[in-house]
Amino acid sequence: MASRMAAAADTEVQIITGNQAMALAAKRCRVQVVAAYPITPQSQVTETLSEYVAAGELDAEYVNVESEHSALSVCIGASSVGARAFTATSANGLAYMCEPLHWAAGARLPIVLGCVNRAMAAPWSVLNDQQDSMSQRDAGWIQIFARNNQEIFDTAVQAFKIAQTVSVPVMVCYDGYLLSHTVMPVDVPSQEAVDTFLPPYTPHTILDPADPRNLNQVTLADPRENEKGVLCHGYMELRYLLEEALEQARDTIIAVDEEYAAAFGRSCGGMLWTYRSEDAEVLLVAAGSLASEASVAVDALRADGCKAGVIGVRAYRPFPKQELIEATAPAARVLVFDKSLSYGNEGPICGDVKAALYGSGSHPAVHGYIAGLGGRDVRAAELAEAVRRDAAKGAVAPTEWINCRI
Amino acid sequence: MGTRDCGHLSAMAAPAKGEAGETGRWRTMRPVVDHTKCTAAAADSLVCLRCWCYCPEAAIEKAVPIEIDLTYCKGCGICAEGCPSKAITMVPEVECEDGE
Amino acid sequence: MSYFSSTSPGGICEIRWHGRGGQGAITSAKYLAEAAYRAGFRGVTSQPSFGAERRGAPVTASTRLSPEPLRTFCRVERPDVVIVLDETLLDCADATDGLEDGGWLVVNSPCEPGAIAADGRFSVATADATAVAAECGLVVAGAIMVNTAMLGAVARATGLVELTHIEETLRDKFPEAIATRNIEAARAAFERTRL
Repeated sequence: MASRMAAAADTEVQIITGNQAMALAAKRCRVQVVAAYPITPQSQVTETLSEYVAAGELDAEYVNVESEHSALSVCIGASSVGARAFTATSANGLAYMCEPLHWAAGARLPIVLGCVNRAMAAPWSVLNDQQDSMSQRDAGWIQIFARNNQEIFDTAVQAFKIAQTVSVPVMVCYDGYLLSHTVMPVDVPSQEAVDTFLPPYTPHTILDPADPRNLNQVTLADPRENEKGVLCHGYMELRYLLEEALEQARDTIIAVDEEYAAAFGRSCGGMLWTYRSEDAEVLLVAAGSLASEASVAVDALRADGCKAGVIGVRAYRPFPKQELIEATAPAARVLVFDKSLSYGNEGPICGDVKAALYGSGSHPAVHGYIAGLGGRDVRAAELAEAVRRDAAKGAVAPTEWINCRI
Repeated sequence: MGTRDCGHLSAMAAPAKGEAGETGRWRTMRPVVDHTKCTAAAADSLVCLRCWCYCPEAAIEKAVPIEIDLTYCKGCGICAEGCPSKAITMVPEVECEDGE
Repeated sequence: MSYFSSTSPGGICEIRWHGRGGQGAITSAKYLAEAAYRAGFRGVTSQPSFGAERRGAPVTASTRLSPEPLRTFCRVERPDVVIVLDETLLDCADATDGLEDGGWLVVNSPCEPGAIAADGRFSVATADATAVAAECGLVVAGAIMVNTAMLGAVARATGLVELTHIEETLRDKFPEAIATRNIEAARAAFERTRL
């Protein structure tokens, strides 16, 4: 049992793991259907939720499934009949969900998925990197990274609101072990406070025997009139709407974070967060706990007279293009640290940063770094050292691997 | 006018005859009903109706006697296959009186 | 507190726990983080070593304590305090590896601190947590659970937390009867720690 210590009014501080924070957030959001298949390092999320349900603390249907593909498929069915649905997974489990991931987004179902970031096999690894969620970045989901356990809780609560506002599923990504298995203080709002923040889910369409309809049926290339003579979307129009929703989600992500800050006194930064970046000549960009680690490196660099700052990528999809252009404006150099690779190209965040800045009038040198694959420890001192070494690089430089002893 | 006015966020449709267009043009074999053998017709009641139940195009009216809408019947033959009293026979279109 | 002037980044006290799988090192590492939060630290983290652990195998856990919320989650390599739940690990697990000069080595041992082989760079404290835990009836499936007794020894040696913070934490974790026995063990070990 987690400890409860009074914090501000209406909240309590619990010293809990990232997985416990995620499960507790799902409980506070009154999820109605949970379907998940245990996988390291996510297992504690499913275990904790099943305990809540078994103890009668959470009035939800806990569906035992035989695979992650089934887990998300159950959530798709549940969400289609108007239930608030939640699942969580890692690595190969997320890969096994690949097909229903695309389905959930195309069907515009506001499912929330906790992705406890873990390295993809082969070879087997249960340890952290971010290849799993990065490999699913084009599935049409909103992806948001948390940098510590407090943000896991806060982001999960926000995720349900974002998802049902824009009718797009949300993946809440957090680093396996580094956050999932590390306890730290989490300020947990009361049930009443979360109830006030998060209204019940009203589906945009619902499966109902009294009003039968085919959902996500075969849709041809061109628009076509339905039985009532109304011109309905073809495939392209539906995909346009999904993209439009992802673009609109930028404003929603910012607005929901602001509402959350007003209600609970904490902001996660909206699309991205910055640390000592206002006058920074060199910026370190990363997502999740790696960005938090980078903030420690920045303190050391600043102590040595190097004007460094951090941009923490919070929303990865939609990508914070405008915010990046503004945040990088004062910088001469931008170092992007990816915990994954788009093989044959470069780190995915690095490529996205370059694309965001192209044509913006902001032209810092952008250098890519690969760090922390498969649980390789990444220390703040190594990040600071990379920044010092980077000063000698030209405008264009090949991707550098941190602490790879090949 | 664009498709936005339909108001749908995802693909959806009411199950209805003609949902997939005029599928009658796909037909090479036509279901021909012998109403003297049809269970529903014999009972003069809405019974059996497996043909209505199984028709993938909803081209069969739930009526006595049953009616098959040839504008949408694609000639799949499921009604004939499923009929317990063998009241439906699939006949090549070219042999039908109005066949081309 | 000298722990915060070490080479650890940002004024953080770093603690590494050594135990054997099943002894409760990971659990007591969490309890120490919680006791430290009760003591006023606002940055507390505790994490197991990441990998496959089995009963009996050497395992480690780490705890970080800071006045400010923590932003670092990497491995602890230069601990200010090393806590050893099983004396036999001193030889086989390089328990003092990376321990800062002037740091504390707190060992579950019936011996005097002087009898612990150490090169004098750091302070040594010992407590016979095994005897204390056995006296308090902390035996689960034949195994003596030394971890809560060791929390008392850590409080006594390092002064990072008060005994009351440990007591409050344990009271929160267990049903009353079990909490009482664990608190008794922490108190007895606190009293019987040799510096």
